[in-house]
Amino acid sequence: MSVAFSDAARSELERIRSRYPDREAAILPALHLAQREFGYVSDEAIVYLADLLGFAPARIEGVATFYTMYNRKPVGKYHVQICRNISCSLLGAEHLIEHVSKKLGVRPGETTPDGKFTLTAVECLGSCGTAPVMQVNDDYHESLTEEKIDALLDRLP
Amino acid sequence: METVLTTHFANEQYRHADTYLQFGGYEALRKALAGPRERIVDEVKKANLRGRGGAGFPAGVKWGFLPKDLSRPRVLVINADEGEPGTFKDRQIMGKAPHLLLEGIAIASYAMSIHLSYIYIRGEFIREARIVEEAVAEAYARGFFGKNILGSGFDLEVSVHRGAGAYICGEETSLINSLEGKRGWPRIKPPFPASVGAFGLPTIVNNVETIADVPWIVTHGGEKFAALGVEKNGGTRLIGVSGPVNRPGVYELPAGVLLREIIYTHAGGLKDGRQLKAVIPGGSSTPVLRPDEIDVTYDIESMAKIGTMAGSGGVIVIPEGTCMVRALHVLMNFYAHESCGQCTPCREGTGWLSKIVGRIENGQGREGDLELVLDVCDNMMGRTICPLADAAVMPAQSFLWKFRDEFEYHIKVQKCPFGNKF
Repeated sequence: MSVAFSDAARSELERIRSRYPDREAAILPALHLAQREFGYVSDEAIVYLADLLGFAPARIEGVATFYTMYNRKPVGKYHVQICRNISCSLLGAEHLIEHVSKKLGVRPGETTPDGKFTLTAVECLGSCGTAPVMQVNDDYHESLTEEKIDALLDRLP
Repeated sequence: METVLTTHFANEQYRHADTYLQFGGYEALRKALAGPRERIVDEVKKANLRGRGGAGFPAGVKWGFLPKDLSRPRVLVINADEGEPGTFKDRQIMGKAPHLLLEGIAIASYAMSIHLSYIYIRGEFIREARIVEEAVAEAYARGFFGKNILGSGFDLEVSVHRGAGAYICGEETSLINSLEGKRGWPRIKPPFPASVGAFGLPTIVNNVETIADVPWIVTHGGEKFAALGVEKNGGTRLIGVSGPVNRPGVYELPAGVLLREIIYTHAGGLKDGRQLKAVIPGGSSTPVLRPDEIDVTYDIESMAKIGTMAGSGGVIVIPEGTCMVRALHVLMNFYAHESCGQCTPCREGTGWLSKIVGRIENGQGREGDLELVLDVCDNMMGRTICPLADAAVMPAQSFLWKFRDEFEYHIKVQKCPFGNKF
């Protein structure tokens, strides 16, 4: 199955490319764009970007797999990422991960069968003063409690 | 108390150019552009401004490493890849006062004859990247960036580059590789970025907070900034306090503040009357302190004297009742996860530290494991391209040196006395 950017994404990529003196520098932004457009960075997306940017697919894939934010497999509609690092752990993150795991019926790294949620335990999100913290898609949710997480996850459509 | 950065943090409109201008924003840039470049560098040197990203290198000295020859264009890269566990200050600057950073970029670029700048923001900070991008657009629209800035004839292009989830990219040569579209692998130095950096060009990489301090220095003078701090360590610092304290958050305090005051006065002490067991004083990589070691001023030299670091200003408070083996295991998992894999001592060493500390915590520690941990540490420290290995070793060694009885007890009774939880 081949993939292709929308016109809007293509012109955004052109704008991005104009910011750098070197065409290789567009690889990270292009991967972000691909993930936004296609939901995840599939093998097809890698080949597409390689063609678009003029590099071997292995070069694109090497970059994509180095960084944790590029999902090489599909993720749920909501990607629930709970921090497990020290400041969050000191304030109950392990317990929250277990709670969400039970609530959704998946372990960290798994997606619910209906494709709605993917749960991931992640390293420091850089919001330690409002620990425990999680990121759901683009948004941070801070100073979490079980009740706050339940209220949030329950109201997501 | 005099503040340099947080004065208007409570004003939600301050992130917009109009409000920033109402409070005297971009006046420092006007002043800088009206004078010679060297004067700015001199003021920054006089200010004793030390890099706020962790290493604490004097900013003015770093700027001086650029080659004198202006024939090759130079690049200023802002390190906004804030990822050191316990550190969450740059996110505050970008979210609440992005124009402080942008004005600093314009001034610093002018001072160093730089016409191209990138702000490298960690990928997870999507909200902050949007705020900074909006602020960059405002700065262009008002003539603070772009061609012929404020009629001075000085040109500067600035854009935001987002990371994608890799702690290692906070290391400056790794960040440069990541900016160039490569894996975030640190580079062997020399050449140093000031001679061969981004896109092969002379490059200065500075932390967000460091550059955000620059407008104040230009307005008030380097000596006044220096006087806010202590000898060799000028100004204020944004200090983040996390863990179970009554008022966690970011505090702007003079560099000479006592660590005890940071925890007990500013952050309000520990929650629910809990007792202090340990403090990781400057981000997760800095050697841990016992409660009897916190009567120390939070400046770079004083912290170094007691064998630790103020680092990136992240104070992590660990209460009595915490299993130190489990705490170290969390940290070792982090470094094992974030090692870029380029150097064998780090790739293998961080993995082994995580495994050995993990088995001690899980009641399967073996006789000789503590010696093994220290031996692995010896084979990592200083033996790699970048300091990530050192960053893993410093907590491992210090936890073992200062809380050794707890590790020994885990091995002796073959279980975690704290019940394998926090």
